[in-house]
Amino acid sequence: MSASAVAGKDIKQPIKKRTFKKVCKDNAGFLFILPWLIGFIWFKLYPFGSSLIYSFSDQHLFNGVTKWGLMNYQDIFESTKIMRAFTVTFKYAFLTVPLKLVAALFIAYILNFKIKGVNLFRTAYYIPSILGGSVAIAVLWKALFKDDGLLNTLLGIFGINGIPWLSDPKYALFIICLLRVWQFGSAMVIFLAALKGVPQDLYEAASIDGAGKWRQFFSITVPMITPVIFYNLVTQLCQAFQEFNGPYIITNGGPRNSTTLISLLIYNSAFRAHEMGAASAMAWVMFIVIMIFTVISFLSQKYWVYYSDEDGR
Amino acid sequence: MTLGKKKYLATFLKYAVLIIVGFIMVYPLLWMISATFKTNNEIFSGISLWVNDPTFSGYKNAFKSYGGDINIMTAMINTYKYVIPKVVFTIISATVTAYGFARFNFKGKSFLFAVMMSTLFLPQVVLNIPQYMMYSKMGWIDSKWYLPIIVPTLFAIDTYFVFMLIQFLRNIPKELEEAAEIDGCNVVQTLVKIIVPMLKPAIVSCALFQFMWSNNDFMGPLLYVKTPARYPAAIFVKLSMDGDVGFQWNRVLAISLISIIPSLIIFFLAQNSFVEGISAGSVKG
Repeated sequence: MSASAVAGKDIKQPIKKRTFKKVCKDNAGFLFILPWLIGFIWFKLYPFGSSLIYSFSDQHLFNGVTKWGLMNYQDIFESTKIMRAFTVTFKYAFLTVPLKLVAALFIAYILNFKIKGVNLFRTAYYIPSILGGSVAIAVLWKALFKDDGLLNTLLGIFGINGIPWLSDPKYALFIICLLRVWQFGSAMVIFLAALKGVPQDLYEAASIDGAGKWRQFFSITVPMITPVIFYNLVTQLCQAFQEFNGPYIITNGGPRNSTTLISLLIYNSAFRAHEMGAASAMAWVMFIVIMIFTVISFLSQKYWVYYSDEDGR
Repeated sequence: MTLGKKKYLATFLKYAVLIIVGFIMVYPLLWMISATFKTNNEIFSGISLWVNDPTFSGYKNAFKSYGGDINIMTAMINTYKYVIPKVVFTIISATVTAYGFARFNFKGKSFLFAVMMSTLFLPQVVLNIPQYMMYSKMGWIDSKWYLPIIVPTLFAIDTYFVFMLIQFLRNIPKELEEAAEIDGCNVVQTLVKIIVPMLKPAIVSCALFQFMWSNNDFMGPLLYVKTPARYPAAIFVKLSMDGDVGFQWNRVLAISLISIIPSLIIFFLAQNSFVEGISAGSVKG
């Protein structure tokens, strides 16, 4: 008892000294993150808050506010056009994300075998996701899928009549999805890194027990990389809900609004009609939808995502 | 014997799938390159990469000015007027922020860190409108210096990069910094002389991704650049397509191709950094 008290006294001196030094260091840390904090308040928190306020007003870009209320939200749920845009957005996201992830995992799985020229293949698969977001590629997409575009020329060679990919509401959304699916490369690279981290002895043990390749894939590979599947799922879903460039550049929402995603509607009502309030309300509904899906994904983690005990590596 | 055959078949299938899918992936890009040298009559008359009647008219027309104010070269220069500052400011501000979060303790750090992480999930869609209103009040819309596009990057606004650098810093042992501190380095010197050199691969990845993303960015210039003479390539390409549909595809595709050439060059020069960056920054799988 007394010994520890003495010991405590003994160390007290140096601790005090260090505390002073620590205070300096603490402030240094805060100073280092200060630019971010300012930027966060200026470019994120303040806009975030004001957008919520706008959403309850009829804020116009030039004319300001004349009335307040829930009318924007009411309009959203009463307008078939807006509800349709939400439906189209869901369709888009739930078509694009699974296709993209399946393609990414499938190719990553094959590349993970000892493949000769793996770097060449990786490059080929990765390029589209580096360039794919650009306007240039959207232009290319139009050249490929327009009525007299490359794909229909190809079909013509086989004597198949051209299909109006971009001018028929049945197909247009799918073509827009395909642009994103084509960019599965970055998800693939992440999967590939994860696959490399799956311990080989698990496969050996399984094959001794007589598990075939398919069985191994679903019982070892997939469970071991669920954290990465989860990561890709959340980021891709979040991105897909906000897709703008593809539909805006390639189809401009048409034909017959079949590719009018909610982001296009938000853009049109904010920056063409200048109805900032109405657009903010749509953006908030979209935001809440994205949040719900993110939260569901996070909550569902404990049922299907496997984290190893060692610091989740 | 049968086992050997089966293995052979499996290997064959793997390569077949990789080659066929890879071919489909890359073919549009190759076709795009060849189409820029085709005449407009030839472009959609077949699907081959072979150019029967090579012409440079696509490129010649691509360099013609559009509406008198802008051509692809000025559009490219405009693009890099904001891409380069964005890249430089992002890596500086993100490194400083990551250093602050990863190596120091201060009051409210865990709260601020949680806030920062949550902004990773804050969709831009709710921010566009109020940001536009704010910039408009500040007189930044159509600014000559692309202020709404550049200034936020001074404040580490792209949280993704901060997160990526923190992930990297976590794997770097602190001993060197402690040694530097004993040798009398202050925190700023430690950052410049110890942290930055060790973080270099990660910083390079951040710079590369920011370069690509800023190049591809369409929404930013669409909202904030109004004067044709200041249009960047992204807007210029879109305009030239709208103006030309059905007529001069070799010109439109040539303009598109020119606009992505810098990205392509950077990608081929620094492929591995991209791959390392994307796998290291995302998650530790």
